[in-house]
Amino acid sequence: MNDQFSTPMRGIGSTEEFRTKVGLAEMLRGGVIMDVTTAEQARIAQQAGAVAVMALERVPSDIRKDGGVARMSPVDKVREIQQTVDIPVMAKARIGHFIEGEILQALEVDFIDESEVLTPADHAHHIEKSRFKVPFVCGATNLGEALRRIGEGAAMLRTKGEAGTGDVTEAVRHLRLIRGQIRSLTQADPEEWMSIAKELGAPYTLVCQVAKEGRLPVPNFAAGGIATPADAALVMRLGAEAIFVGSGIFKAEDPLLTAKAIVHATAHFDDAVQLAEASSGLGAAMAGIDATRLPEDERLQVRGW
Amino acid sequence: MAAICAGVLALQGSVEPHLRALSRCGVDPVELRRPDQLDQITHLVLPGGESTTLHHLLKLHSLSSQIPQRVATGQMALLGTCAGAILMGRECQESPPRWNLIDVEFQRNGFGRQVHSFIEPIEWIAGPDLGTSEGIFIRAPRIGLSSPAVEVLATLGSEAVAVRQDRCVACTFHPELTGDDRIHQWFLRL
Repeated sequence: MNDQFSTPMRGIGSTEEFRTKVGLAEMLRGGVIMDVTTAEQARIAQQAGAVAVMALERVPSDIRKDGGVARMSPVDKVREIQQTVDIPVMAKARIGHFIEGEILQALEVDFIDESEVLTPADHAHHIEKSRFKVPFVCGATNLGEALRRIGEGAAMLRTKGEAGTGDVTEAVRHLRLIRGQIRSLTQADPEEWMSIAKELGAPYTLVCQVAKEGRLPVPNFAAGGIATPADAALVMRLGAEAIFVGSGIFKAEDPLLTAKAIVHATAHFDDAVQLAEASSGLGAAMAGIDATRLPEDERLQVRGW
Repeated sequence: MAAICAGVLALQGSVEPHLRALSRCGVDPVELRRPDQLDQITHLVLPGGESTTLHHLLKLHSLSSQIPQRVATGQMALLGTCAGAILMGRECQESPPRWNLIDVEFQRNGFGRQVHSFIEPIEWIAGPDLGTSEGIFIRAPRIGLSSPAVEVLATLGSEAVAVRQDRCVACTFHPELTGDDRIHQWFLRL
């Protein structure tokens, strides 16, 4: 048997409900989830081959530009989007805003993103996600944060990156950091696991599980600053299992072409000839901001506890 | 019979769990992404994922015509799960286009959205004849109108959830997420 397939199936041993949640995350692998604010954008995303759309009030680059409080997408917009497409519809809720979560669940969205891109409702606590029937995805910048979110019931993780910048560097940093932390955890002695859990601020049982299995117990996707087909392939090569694209599509010169190209590149991330093909004739990508030069109070990735 | 060469369509979806299942069955599966890899494959799995996305990616490199063609000429057996099953069905009003390899209509998201996803035991009445096995249904399609050419392999209540026509097998659930490889083992002998 091939060694890379020797670890147990994800979700085995969990509750049935959690297994169906992780199961949907598995179905989205290798795909592109696109931020949309209107039904028309959702239609374009589906036409381009998106595996799911993410409904939100404003795309991250507009939130960054216009400021103010960013909240859950208006309910009527979510409904319109659900009526327009038959791929899964996700929606963002504010960190800690469990009522937005309950409303989105009542609308039967397929996944809820408890997202740092929106203005946090609670500066100390996240939503207790295991009581929801709808699966949650959360952002993480490091292994401790990832395992805390799984401990709260998240069925999928994504890097935070630095949303709305069109700069992929922070997503790359988060992917590499989490991968490195998992690698060193698998090399640690079992006697060290508890002190690692303490350092990471992560649930001990999840630390033990990752140490034994060498991977996260739920799929980890990349998000934050992905703007081109090459960016998409880069994060896939660094181990992301699928990608979220926010402002990168509908702030590009030609959203449909850009969306199709990013879908193409994500599926063929390991084939440079295909990536060259996917990258040709696209028009301008979104204008970007250097994410490393953002002032501390404009960095979205620091939201989350 | 020629040696078995198993493959998993690896464009999008739950590819890795199928690779694991096949690998546990003792074969070394090919990850199919390009048409030139198709020549060697005798047993192909179409994974779950999003059927519109799969359709879009299959079309880019003409796999959407070459896979059904290879099946129609008897050179390849096909196992489709969930979204993969949908592609194998009878042409109908719904998108994406279907391959007419199994004469049933698959209705997308037939049980509803993700909050209606569920795990229930299913009953096998033919094929691998597993007795009862675990059925994981995730935004699963439903099997509508069917024809006598189609053999029902397993049911959920009174409803068909696994069907077969010739060397094409379609499951509306996810055997690859259960850790039970008996369906894959049986498929490799088709």
